[in-house]
Amino acid sequence: MLTEEQIERYSRHIILKEVGGKGQKKLFDGKVLIIGAGGLGSPIALYLAAAGVGTIGIADADVVDLSNLQRQIAHHTKDIGVPKVESAREKMVAMNPDVTVKTYQEWISASNIAQIVADYDFVIDGTDNFAAKFLINDACVLAGKPYSHGGILQFDGQTMTIKPGESPCYRCLFPAPPPKDAIPSCSQAGVIGVLPGVLGTIQATEAIKFLLGKGDLLTGRLLTYSALRMKFREVPVKKSPKCPVCGENPTITELVDELDALNVCDLEKA
Amino acid sequence: MNLTVNGKPAAIDGKEALNVHELLDALKVEQAQYVTVELNGDILDRDDFERAIIREGDAVEFLYFMGGGANR
Repeated sequence: MLTEEQIERYSRHIILKEVGGKGQKKLFDGKVLIIGAGGLGSPIALYLAAAGVGTIGIADADVVDLSNLQRQIAHHTKDIGVPKVESAREKMVAMNPDVTVKTYQEWISASNIAQIVADYDFVIDGTDNFAAKFLINDACVLAGKPYSHGGILQFDGQTMTIKPGESPCYRCLFPAPPPKDAIPSCSQAGVIGVLPGVLGTIQATEAIKFLLGKGDLLTGRLLTYSALRMKFREVPVKKSPKCPVCGENPTITELVDELDALNVCDLEKA
Repeated sequence: MNLTVNGKPAAIDGKEALNVHELLDALKVEQAQYVTVELNGDILDRDDFERAIIREGDAVEFLYFMGGGANR
C-alpha cells in the first residue's frame, strides 16, 4: 500500500493511465541492476531512484576522479576519491529514501556476474569496455535476463534492448569484441558531457517500461544517436542464426572473460 | 549504381555490382575491418563479404562498435 506521502511523491506517475497505483507498485517491486556508475550509470541511477524502482543494484569498482565530473552527474566535487557506488548511493537515497540501493564495489567478471545478475529483473549496461559489454551480454543471454545495451563515443551513441530468446543480442550484431586498441575509449577520444545523459535516460526508460509491462521495448532495432547532427536513427536488427551465444549452434555456453578486449579499462586507468 | 547507405542516398559511379570489400573501399569506410555490415536488413557474416553482392537499389547499414559509459 502506498502511504499518503508516496501518493504525493509519485502523483505525476500515478495520474498516467499506463502507470497508476498498480504500475507504481510494480516499480516498487522491481529490481534493476546498473553495471557501471559513470556517465551512463549516473542518469540511470538518479532517474530510477526518482521513479521509485524499489531495489537498484549498482556495480563499479572505481573511485570518483576530477575528470569524471564533466558528465558523471551522480558524483559531486566533494566525492573525488570516493567509491563511485557509494557516491551514487548517497545521491539516490537522498533523492528518494523509498529505494534500496545495493552496491557492488567490484569489477564484474566471469566469476561473479551470474550471481549478481540473478537477483535482478532487468540489467543495464553502463560500462565502457568491450570485455564488460560482451560479458554482460553473455551472462544475460545465458540467464534469460532482459537488458539494455548502451554505448557512447565522442558525439555518438547507440542503444538496444535485448530480450534473450526473443530478440537479437549484442553478439548478433557484433559476434566478437574488437581487438586490443582497435576502438578508442572515451578517455582517449573524448565524449561530450551531455551524451551519456541522452543515452542513459533512454536506457532507464526501457527499464521502467519493462517493469510496467507497457509500450514497445527497443528490441530488434539498434537506436543510434548523433549529437552533432541531432539525429536519431533506428536500424532494424534480426536475430542471427550464427550468433555465437543465441544462435542455432552456440559456441558460448559458459561465461569467460574476453581477455583480449580488457585493454580499454587498463588504458583509462593510465 | 544508387544505394541507400546508413539511410542516405549514395551513388557509386561506373559500377553495377560490388562485393562488400569493394563497397567498403569505394565508400572509404573507416576501420572497415571492425564494421558490421547489414544488407537489406540482414547482418552479413564477415566470411560472406567476398560473396555478397551489392546491386542497384540495395540498402546497406554500417554498424560500429561503441564503448563509453563508465570511466573505467
